[in-house]
Parts: sequence; structure tokens; C-alpha cells
Amino acid sequence: MSKHLQKPPGVPLREEDFEAQRVLSVMYRPKMRYSWATGVAIGRFLKGLREGKIIGTQCTHCRRIVVPPRVFCEWCFRPVNDWVDLPDTGIINTFSVSYISTDTTRLKTPIIPAVIEIDGTTHAGFLHVIGEAKPETLKIGTRVKAVWAESTKRRGSITDIRYFKPAEWKP
Amino acid sequence: MTTEPIRVEGDFPVYFRYTVGVAGEKFFREIMENGRLVASRCSSCNLNYLPPRIYCERCMSRLEEYVPVENEGTVEAFTITHQDAEGNPLQEPVGVALVRFPGAYGGLVHRTIDVLAIGDRVRAVFKDKKERTGSILDIKFFEKIS
Amino acid sequence: MQIKKRVAVVGAGMTKFMRRAQETGKELAFEAVRQALDSCNMRIEDIQSVALGSAPDAFDGVHMKGEYLLDGAGAWGKPYSRSFVGGGTGVFSLIHGWWHVASGLFDTCLVVAEEKMSSCLPHPQTAFLTIFDNMIERPLGPNLIWIFALEMQRYMQTYKIPKEQIAQVAVKNKRNALDHPSAQIAQKVTLQDVLNSEVMAYPVQRLDISPVSDGACAIVLASEDVARKITDSPVWIDGVGWNLDTTYWTNRDLYFPRYVANAARMAYAMAGVRNPRKEIDFAEPYDPFDYKELHHMEGLLLCRKGEAPKLTAEGVTERDGKLPVCPSGGLLGVGNPIAAAGLMKICELFWQLRGEAGKRQIPGDPRTAVAQAWGDLMQIGTVVVMRG
Repeated sequence: MSKHLQKPPGVPLREEDFEAQRVLSVMYRPKMRYSWATGVAIGRFLKGLREGKIIGTQCTHCRRIVVPPRVFCEWCFRPVNDWVDLPDTGIINTFSVSYISTDTTRLKTPIIPAVIEIDGTTHAGFLHVIGEAKPETLKIGTRVKAVWAESTKRRGSITDIRYFKPAEWKP
Repeated sequence: MTTEPIRVEGDFPVYFRYTVGVAGEKFFREIMENGRLVASRCSSCNLNYLPPRIYCERCMSRLEEYVPVENEGTVEAFTITHQDAEGNPLQEPVGVALVRFPGAYGGLVHRTIDVLAIGDRVRAVFKDKKERTGSILDIKFFEKIS
Repeated sequence: MQIKKRVAVVGAGMTKFMRRAQETGKELAFEAVRQALDSCNMRIEDIQSVALGSAPDAFDGVHMKGEYLLDGAGAWGKPYSRSFVGGGTGVFSLIHGWWHVASGLFDTCLVVAEEKMSSCLPHPQTAFLTIFDNMIERPLGPNLIWIFALEMQRYMQTYKIPKEQIAQVAVKNKRNALDHPSAQIAQKVTLQDVLNSEVMAYPVQRLDISPVSDGACAIVLASEDVARKITDSPVWIDGVGWNLDTTYWTNRDLYFPRYVANAARMAYAMAGVRNPRKEIDFAEPYDPFDYKELHHMEGLLLCRKGEAPKLTAEGVTERDGKLPVCPSGGLLGVGNPIAAAGLMKICELFWQLRGEAGKRQIPGDPRTAVAQAWGDLMQIGTVVVMRG
């Protein structure tokens, strides 16, 4: 490599080169909007959320109860049609404390994303956020419970659960 | 429980700033400063690329020689469009032509103010120099040479 | 499995990796291809097929990136195809090219990987928003870094790994990259610099992350008889493997990338490597974040689960250690143009195994090496074993 590539090609630019118009560029602002059909499984999951329930599915062959639900088992590839009502409690599988927003700007108050393993599943869960918690007190394995939006405000969205908050375990 | 499917709405909030590239700098600056077109030349393959590129697609040589191209060319294809990019009707239809230039390999697609036929001779009409920004729109349109 | 022809890498080339390149994507591809052809004195006419890898069209904002890049990639009038498996693309594009020659269909194949991320605004990261489930994850307002933070947290907590051992990887790779001519942000950082850097999404800090880059790499492949006519020291692709998991990432335990291990087993079996820890002389695992090097070392079965941080702390993975890891400087040091980054690692294997890596050259006489890339929603492992 030393023979052939001592000076690799490429002209690096800095942001100032654009501002000072030292380089020519073309802007394009596409309008990309989508309206996705939810499909059978997620449609039912979202309807469940609207009713204040978390719904999963069970593959009886693999003996797995999973959430989010799906109409086929990706392990054995059999169709799945056993729907299971699940509790709205679980444990934190992993979490982060995020100071960056979805549009890459800095946040003063962090968001706490987490994967919540839902009780009653085979180590399955979904992404959500933790609320009413001090980040320093959270651990993998912390018990949490869903805090729901008021029933009149629920629309059939993952945000019908406002967040999960740490909760005492009640046997 | 209603049976109508729930739809989920979303968007994709990105936009783009494309550099015109090394060859593009040459091409658009010639248009901006001198109101003329240039092509890049591969002497091995005897091809003058328009718009110019820094490489020959046939032999992959590096192209560093630029040659001028006349602003006048011939219509290879022509159409009149009645809809915009989103399918909405245009207030005024727009003529669009693919123009070939003598000695150049390639061509330009641009607007026309005349209704044209294949084989018509056309010339590029540029904006005044002070209004040019180094864009393909520095050419206002192609007009028929009578 | 029947492999018709043994395949060798006979030439390699790459551009600088830069935060924003003036060159268009086509021009970047051309520059890498020109370097690769010059490195083995071949002409484009000698190339019978082209395999290109590039990441989502959304970065460049062009339609059908493969087709767009075609002429710059030397594929005019040739059999040509594009593959894309997220970050795994760089190593996968080599496997994609390998199929062309190993099958006996072609004697030569040019593999190109290119990325121009800087066109995407407000930030290339925005193009990654679609990595999250459109229906049940995006409404939460996520950021790409969450994925890494969540995986890193799980990995760290499973083995109680102190952050210092992870940060050490960033220090090592950024320092290694000082000797790489294409490096974007090679620099001497101290452990303290990494540990003091801005928290993005705990436990991820700014200096744990590789930079956004533009760049391109290219590799020339040839079948055995043709390879020996082109060069005295072909580097053989002895094993390839690729394996994917599902997008149901929240149903997995993220502490171990089993899809990387599956891909590694496939590649090692093909290469006749029975004991990777003993037989692999050096490795280039995918390191978009510092903890990923460790995660992938374990996925590549180069050490026991949870052992990678200790090996790093003991200096085993330094260039003069017993198992050098990322002697190139990796993504952390050289840069991360998504698809091209993986192919950069293949270039590194090629140069190291031929003794041509200059100041980065690993001492001794390395013979067998492994490169790996990883991508998307923690889904793909792509692995290649090469011998010089």
C-alpha cells in the first residue's frame, strides 16, 4: 500500500466553503409522506393499546409468547393465531439516558429509552420510555409498570402508553 | 371493537445538498462566468462528454481536458408536459427537449419556449450574467433557430 | 458445497475518508477504482464483472444508487449488480464479488463500495430514522444513537465491564489511524479525553463514536490461474460467511451477536479454521463504536464471551500484541462511510498480508486474518477469512 496509496485522492470541504459559496451545490427538499397500513398483527396490537391492553401472540410449536405480536413465527415459519392478553408490567432489559433529540439537537432534560420485557412473555418486549424516575436509580431488572393516557385520549398508538414507571413488585 | 384498519402516518424529514463535483465545478462555472458549455475529452476513445465527467466510462481514463461546445444543437426528442412533479395540472404547459450538440457525446434536457419537431435547430438562451448562479437554470430555455 | 474456483484479491485502492467530499458519488467511485486498477496494472477491459455496495439511497438523495454509480464504478456495458446490507455491506460486497468468480462464471470481478453521506441534511443520522419500526417505535421520537446505547448498556451490564476498558478501544484505534493515509480523524486521544467527552445517550459518549464520512474503496478479484499472472502475491479468500437476525431486536438478548458467530462459523468452516483463537493472526472487526470492537471480537469467537475487554486492557490487541485488532485504525480512526468502511478493512487485510501496510505493518509474518462487518438493526454479520 505504501507504494500505491501514499496520497489517497479526495477533496475535503468544510462547512464554511458552502457558506462562502466557494463550491457550487444544489438543494433539494423532497416531500416524503407516508400512510402505512398496519397489517393484521400490529393493527390488533394498536387496537389493544387503544383499549388499554398489551396483546401478544403465542407460537405453540416453539412455545414462545412474544410481543409485538406477529402472524407467523419467524423461528419455525408456521402461521400463528393464538392471541394473548399480557399484563402491563415488566422489567427493564436495557436502557439509556439520551441527551439528543430525534432531530439531533441537544436536550436539557434527557429522555430515557428502554427495552421493557413484558411479564408473561418469553423474554420478549418492545421499545418505550421511562418516566417518573431518576436515571441513577434505574438498573437492568428494575420492575416497571405502564402509565396509560386517559381512555378518551387513546388513539391506537404506541403513545397510548405514556411511559413506564418503576413500580413495586406485588406477588 | 371496530374493524377498520388503523393507519399510521409518518414522514421522512431529510433534505439534500448535492455538491456539483469536480467536473460539475468546471461545467457550471463556465456557464456562470462565460455563458458557454464545455465537455470533457477522452482522446483515447475520441469522446467529448457532455455534461463533463472526470472519467471516461469506456476506458476509465482520468479526463482533464475540457473543450468548448457550441450553444446551438439539434432536437433529438421533444414533448409537452401538462403536469407537475406531483401530478397536479400545470397552469401553462411546458415544452421539454433533449438537445444534442455537434461533437459532443451526451446532451442536455431543458425547457423550450417553442413547439419543436425532431431535427429542429435550437440555441440556448442564457440569463444575464449578473443573474447567473452556476445552475442549469442559468440557461433560461432553448429557442428555435429560424 | 462446491466451490469451482479459488478466488484471490489482487489489487486494492481507496480514497481519503472525509467529512464532506467535493467529489460526487460517481467521482469517488472512479477514484477508488482507478487506484485499484493501477495497483495491479490492470485495465478496465480486463474486468469482466462489477459488484458494488452502497448504503441507502436516502443518504445521497438519488434514485437507485447502484445504477447511478455504475459508470463511475467502471461497470458500463458489463454484468453489474449492487448489494446493500447496511453497515455489513463493505464486507458483504466482497462476498458478492466472490460469488462471481468462485462460481466459475467470471475470471475477474471488480468490487466497489462507495458512500456519500454528507449530502443528507440536517444530518446523515436523520436518514437512519427509518431504522426504527415505522409504526410502534418512530412515534417515540428516537435517535439512532439509542440503538447503540441500549446494546452497549446490555453488554456492559452483563459482564460488569468498566467504561475505561471500552474507551481504551477508541484510544487504540484513533492512534493506529495516525499511520493510515486515508484517515479522517486520526488523533492521539487519552483515556481521560474519551471518558470526559460529551454524553450523547448514556453510556455512549462523543468519542466512543466513529465519524460520518464520504469515501470509496475498490478491490480487484481474480480466479486462481488468472491471479497468478497478475501478481506474485495474491491474497486468497478462503472463507466467507453471512447471517442475519430479524428486526425483532427487542426480543433478543443484545449482549452477544449470535448472527456474527453464525457467519464466523460458516467462514471458518470453509477456510478450515478449527481454532480461531490460535489460527487467526489479526482481525479487523467492525468498530463503528468502541464497544462494538469488543462485542464483535467475541462474536468472531476470537475469545470467550466477556473476555474481549480484558484482552484490550492487557494490550493483546495492540499492533505488536498477540492478536492485533483493527491495525488500520478502524472506523473509529479512519472514518465511517457506511458501505466503504467494511471494504477498507478488506483493503487492510490485503496490504497487511502482503507486507505492504507501511507504518501500520504488523510485525512477524501474519498469514491468516479475518474481517467482519455488521449492520442495520443489529441484524447482519458478514465475515471473510483471508490468507496471504
